Amino acid sequence: MQITVSQYAHAATEINVVAPLGRIDQASADDFLMALNPMLATLGPDAPPLLLDFSGVDYIASIGLRALMVAARQAKAGGGGIGIAALQPMVREVFSIARFDLVIPCFDSVESAARELSACK
Amino acid sequence: MQIKFWGTRGSLPVAATAGEVRNKIIAALTAAQGQQFADAAAIEAFADQLPFAVQGSYGGNTACVELTGAAQPGDLEHVICDLGSGLRPLGQCKMAEFGPGKPQTYHFFISHLHWDHLMGLPFFVPIYIPGNRIVMHGCHPNLEAAIKLQMSAPCFPVEFDQIGATVEFDLLEPGREYTIAGFKVRAKLQLHAGDSYGYRFEQAGKSVVYSTDSEHKLDNRVEQNAFIDFFRGADLVIFDTMYSLADAITVKADWGHSSNIIAVELCQEAGVCRLAMFHHEPIHDDAKLASLYDETRRFEEITRDGRAPLRIISSYDGLTVDL
Repeated sequence: MQITVSQYAHAATEINVVAPLGRIDQASADDFLMALNPMLATLGPDAPPLLLDFSGVDYIASIGLRALMVAARQAKAGGGGIGIAALQPMVREVFSIARFDLVIPCFDSVESAARELSACK
Repeated sequence: MQIKFWGTRGSLPVAATAGEVRNKIIAALTAAQGQQFADAAAIEAFADQLPFAVQGSYGGNTACVELTGAAQPGDLEHVICDLGSGLRPLGQCKMAEFGPGKPQTYHFFISHLHWDHLMGLPFFVPIYIPGNRIVMHGCHPNLEAAIKLQMSAPCFPVEFDQIGATVEFDLLEPGREYTIAGFKVRAKLQLHAGDSYGYRFEQAGKSVVYSTDSEHKLDNRVEQNAFIDFFRGADLVIFDTMYSLADAITVKADWGHSSNIIAVELCQEAGVCRLAMFHHEPIHDDAKLASLYDETRRFEEITRDGRAPLRIISSYDGLTVDL
């Protein structure tokens, strides 16, 4: 699975954006979580929040949702902000059916997520 | 093979409240939009086309599922999974059909010893009929003690040794294949407090798996593969779909139950024909269970990925499924 990392500025706040591409399933979930780990480690009350840009993710299995749960739990434990933006319609449906929109904040776009996550800082 | 669901609720029996019944009446009258019906048949036809959550109910009895195989001449053996409160109406049905004068043999397969899976036995009238034979099959070494405990003071006024039927206890070994009452049967250990066991039954080329009160850890691929093997090619898998995935792996992790998402994924990987959602959360009313059923079918549809469709049913008390 391909994952790109970038920084995005909103107002005076920077956020880290991670953009995975493809499927997050049994074959890729571990790699996905491993790629997130360095950024999760830096999360904290004074650090930029982490945003997962899911516009390139076209499938997520339960093992991928578990990876997100682990990430959200780590972020919360460290006092950092985390969110997901721009879910494709099918992935958004999976989130809704699995009730994962209650586990991790979901936003319509990277811009709206940046706005909200920045406001929470 | 025919499967009859006598109890499908998880944890404890429930009944529809007055408010829920009222909401069904309102929904039905709203759907009728003032139309007149010529006769009772027309009323019934109208009722039958209403959504299930309006014209019916999932029911509230706890786990009890009957398997009926190919009939043999003189065959008076019955195969039943678990002794939940659904066993009470099952017993009434058998008494109505056979009466006290025609001795029967009842084979019970016990998933585990929690109360909701045993509570129907004291109210199962055939155990009080001399001549009937009861065989309790299970993998828990303390099966006999647990069964007897609930029929002893102060739990129940009738002591176990007062019942009229003969009762035998048959300790099974997980993974080993047995032939019982015309079925090939194999048990599998499941993750649940105090352990639970799933059962795979096969007869005449048909197979059904009864797998309730079973938690599936997403990071344990070895165990997932073991369940995929256990479910492989089954005509029907009866699966504990009590929680949402989010609940099952967060706030209700280690509570010993599973979700519709994991049910669909495992059944898809195992090439199962039909999945029966089972062990319904007792706080859910009929409308909520119907909504979960729709969502589960939709999840199967959007994750099918070129596989043959997995048929999904949401079990309810009284449902029969022919395989």
